[in-house]
Amino acid sequence: MALVAHARVDGVGRRWLASWGTREAGAAWLFMLPALVGLFVFHILPLWRAVGYTFTDFDLFSDPTNVGLDNYSRLFSDDQFLRAIRLTATYVVINVPVQVGIALGLAAILDKVTASILVRAVLILPFLISNVVAGLVWLWILDPAIGIVNHFLDLVGVGSQAFLGSETQAIPTIAFINVWRHLGFSTLLLVAGIATIDRALYEAAKVDGASEWQQFRRVTVPMLRPVLLFVTVTSVVGSLQIFDTIAVTTEGGPGGATRVFMWYIYELAFKRFDFGYATTLAVALFVIAAIVSVLQFRVFGRDNRA
Amino acid sequence: MLDAPAAVEPALPKFVLRRRRKSRSALGWLTIAFFLLVTVLPLLWVLRTALTPPAQIYSSPESLTPPTVTDDNFERVLGLMTTEEAVAASGTAAQLDFPSALKNSFIVVTLITVAMVSFSSMAAYAFARLSFPLRNAIFYLFVGALLVPPIVTLIPNFVLMRDLGWINTYAGIVAPHFLMTPFAVFFLRQFFLTLPSELEEAARLDGAGRIRTFASIIVPLSVGPIATLATLTFVTEWNDFLWPFIVGQGEGTRTLTVALGVFRSSTPQGAPDWGGLMGGSLLSAVPILIVFMFAARRMINALTYTGLK
Repeated sequence: MALVAHARVDGVGRRWLASWGTREAGAAWLFMLPALVGLFVFHILPLWRAVGYTFTDFDLFSDPTNVGLDNYSRLFSDDQFLRAIRLTATYVVINVPVQVGIALGLAAILDKVTASILVRAVLILPFLISNVVAGLVWLWILDPAIGIVNHFLDLVGVGSQAFLGSETQAIPTIAFINVWRHLGFSTLLLVAGIATIDRALYEAAKVDGASEWQQFRRVTVPMLRPVLLFVTVTSVVGSLQIFDTIAVTTEGGPGGATRVFMWYIYELAFKRFDFGYATTLAVALFVIAAIVSVLQFRVFGRDNRA
Repeated sequence: MLDAPAAVEPALPKFVLRRRRKSRSALGWLTIAFFLLVTVLPLLWVLRTALTPPAQIYSSPESLTPPTVTDDNFERVLGLMTTEEAVAASGTAAQLDFPSALKNSFIVVTLITVAMVSFSSMAAYAFARLSFPLRNAIFYLFVGALLVPPIVTLIPNFVLMRDLGWINTYAGIVAPHFLMTPFAVFFLRQFFLTLPSELEEAARLDGAGRIRTFASIIVPLSVGPIATLATLTFVTEWNDFLWPFIVGQGEGTRTLTVALGVFRSSTPQGAPDWGGLMGGSLLSAVPILIVFMFAARRMINALTYTGLK
């Protein structure tokens, strides 16, 4: 009995070994070679090296020196790190609900009112221009002294606002800029999602006397749950990594009020040459993003069984 | 009011219902119009600023049209003025070398798009159609790489570029995306899986090898998705900032986004050359807008498809 089993395993093993040498496998390795090199050199190897850096003190000019877990214990006593988390969280909490909320409403309206490709094209326009340009555009429009928005706020008697120059307004303003750039994109994702909902469900709801609001609440939103989950998770993960807009507008200021996670990592690495600790923060960001994503799947994905 | 029992509705005369539906869609259009305005007005304001002489940039802000129309800002940004003229017009010595940045962007983005889409489609074909050991395990590595935020690999990749002496070279800017992106491999594999295999089998029976089958059957059948991926890649790379900012900040290799960022931070605080910045910003988006004009429907479908899969 044992002998038979052994022979079979041996046969499978031999066949498996032989499968490496077939012409088809040879062709496959050839086809995959460039991509495999790319995967190894720019994804797997750097991930491995990143984890290694977190146990070192590394200034780029001399070899990394081993410091054990120092970088990790430093995380918990670093006020700047805690502040970066708080600022990033504030940004996410403003950006994502506002963006997804407006996009959901707008998508429901678009679905009912028009299929015009022109309307869609205009809505997605800001998404096609870079974060850099979007940041510069709003930096000019919201300029504290001479921006057009403040000109009108003065006219109506509200008075000029500092916006990106104010410690309290900077993060909400950055969030607004990103809502402006991404709203059209999120809306079109949700419109595409709504288009896949079976129209018979709406007919049935109408027969049962559901108002449009009730149809939206009881049909559109529940049926859209997977798409909503996707849009929310990707915007949260994307928002955790906000960088470009800050790089061209506030550069972490004023007074560190926009020193979010990514900007802090950038400063540590490329301004203070503290590469070991910067990498530790990058790994921490990865872990936080993973936990937040899993939590969202748990919370929003839970009723999916129906 | 929105929750008013709808069951009454059928009892209402038809013209009331029709009017109600009309007014509801009017409200819908009003909302859409509002968001279209919010989207477009800032861009029009950028155009207005770019067409206004720097000296008049603060005058008559209520009007969407410039007090005097000029192409000075564009001329300055495009390097069609002498340095002295440019300094006199903008009031700052910091200049945006737009032509060189445009050239850099074109070189970098074209290299990445062509190479990455080719190599990724080859790998995607292997994953979709060929059988070889560890196929799924290797594919999951690609999917896993998709989930790692770029910041984690950014620093080690930067160190690698420095060790290779590739800082401030095209090679350095292009390297991480040149051979593949996990997304591209994933995207094309999903499409190749949907292709019927009969044609391929026929070609194989006629004695075509794997490479010929790929080049003469698979690629022609996949022109649509490959073009879509290429367009998306072009736009994404054109707009990319962080990586080229870190490895390619030198004057000779600055891409457009980097040049704009550097230009903005090198101008005096509070008084940047707004006319030049807005002119440069507009011009930097022109290639994307041209692509979009020709492929709007395809791009919208592609963007929404990539979101839903």
